[in-house]
Amino acid sequence: MNLLGLYNYWIYIFLLVVGLYAVFVKGNYVKRMIGLGIFQSAVFLLFISMDKVEGGTGPIFRGVPTEGQLFANPLPQVLILTAIVVGIAVTSLGLAIAIRIREEYGSVEEADTRRMDDQS
Amino acid sequence: MMTFFGFFTLTMVAVVAVATVVSSNLFVASMWFGIFSLLMASNFFILDAADVALTEAAVGAGVSTVLFMGALSLTADKESIRQGRRLLPIVVVAVVGLVLLIATLEQPRLGDPLAPVHQHVAPWYIEKTPEYINIPNIVTAILASFRGYDTMGEVLVIFTAGIGVLSVLSFKPKKRASISSEELGQAIRGLQHHAVLRVVGKLLIPVLLLFGLLVQFHGKYSPGGGFSAGALFAAAIMLYGILEGADRSAKAMPQKVMINLAALGCTIYTGVGVACMLLGHHFLDYNALWTDPQIAQYYGILMVEFGVGLTVTAVLIMIFNAIANRATY
Amino acid sequence: MILGLISDAMLATGAAFVVIGAFGVIRMPDLYTRMHASSVTETLGMLLVMVGLLLTQGWSLATFKLFAIAVFLLFTAPVASYAMANAALISGVKPKLAHENDQETLP
Repeated sequence: MNLLGLYNYWIYIFLLVVGLYAVFVKGNYVKRMIGLGIFQSAVFLLFISMDKVEGGTGPIFRGVPTEGQLFANPLPQVLILTAIVVGIAVTSLGLAIAIRIREEYGSVEEADTRRMDDQS
Repeated sequence: MMTFFGFFTLTMVAVVAVATVVSSNLFVASMWFGIFSLLMASNFFILDAADVALTEAAVGAGVSTVLFMGALSLTADKESIRQGRRLLPIVVVAVVGLVLLIATLEQPRLGDPLAPVHQHVAPWYIEKTPEYINIPNIVTAILASFRGYDTMGEVLVIFTAGIGVLSVLSFKPKKRASISSEELGQAIRGLQHHAVLRVVGKLLIPVLLLFGLLVQFHGKYSPGGGFSAGALFAAAIMLYGILEGADRSAKAMPQKVMINLAALGCTIYTGVGVACMLLGHHFLDYNALWTDPQIAQYYGILMVEFGVGLTVTAVLIMIFNAIANRATY
Repeated sequence: MILGLISDAMLATGAAFVVIGAFGVIRMPDLYTRMHASSVTETLGMLLVMVGLLLTQGWSLATFKLFAIAVFLLFTAPVASYAMANAALISGVKPKLAHENDQETLP
């Protein structure tokens, strides 16, 4: 994997930028939740790429641990394991709010909701 | 060879992310998001993170797509392209990207064993796990025992999100004439007209539940644990809800029972900690549970992971039932 | 030795079928013909790759797991294609026909 060098980090920056762009520019609330999901996954990619060790295996002991056996760093994996499920729970909360906005305002576009807020 | 695979999947992830943001039909965008999650899962597997890959595949490509589809059926299915100036967002986003890019030029390259992140705490964990806890999966050992406090906080966050969804969706829509779910239920119930889907889908539900149980209790020896198992259980119930109609799945797993199960999962986790305290040790110090410390850690991790799996299952089923049973316009 | 050669041949053939399926998905003119092309990947391509992997493992737990994966994929992938085709038909996607005056006889 050493030929990849810093490619992982550049892809992470690209995904971050794409997710942020979606949140800024898109007016639809559901599209913004998708953009936030891409942003979240980019951060997961950063953490997991930090923990790869060249020549190591996954952090599970198979049989008797031999000397000099390299393992991938288990700590970022622990963080991301919980973060994935927390991310889906928070995304579903955002989707529930989007459903309520649709029921009250009649549309999930930011332009329409802002116009109705200004009128009332 | 792995270099080529890594390069390929990373490029595909970037391409699929752009396709997700660009597509204006929201159903298409949520399907692209599912493909994005699956590619991220295979990326995680290439980077030697097997637990994370399993959880991301179950949650991102399974549960998340269903929840997005459910939400999209209640909102819009096309987004309107917003006119207006795009210069300021592009500039801001480009500046952020550029600053991060300059920051990564000083990072150690991928896979460097001498990187600072591998030097301080991680070798201690890898070395001391056979001595203190003696289970093969180091990630489960750190998650449930060494860093048990953090996991307790995460479980409580998941529970809070579940309660939040229920409280947001507990307001019934007032003015507009809505089709009640009973009328909908009599007309079209799930996918009952499609015999092939019903037969094959129902064959898969017990297999999914069994696999969820395997992942839950085998989490000490192989990749798995409470979080992935919860997502798999919830996926099985979601499959039942899609096939038979959401009102059937709400009757099979009523909301009141699910709320109580979610609270029970959190109670089990904190209860183990309090029990350790009452037996004379610190909070969440599993050595109090038995005389032999390694067996005590084993029991503590078992009970705590069970609490985690219970809460995650109950919360995800709760959210699915709440969204899928909403009256549609 | 022989087993290694056979498994290499099956893996290569399976990969070739997957690529053929991918070409078909891109080049076919219509939704239904594209799904027909992708069905090559999900049955024959998958089976050949799985059997090729099975032969490298000998008799072990990994063999049984690969066999189980192949069985589940055989169950679910064609059913998913059927569901997609049915949904497309119900929502009104018309297949592209050679003779245009056949369009009126479609359900």
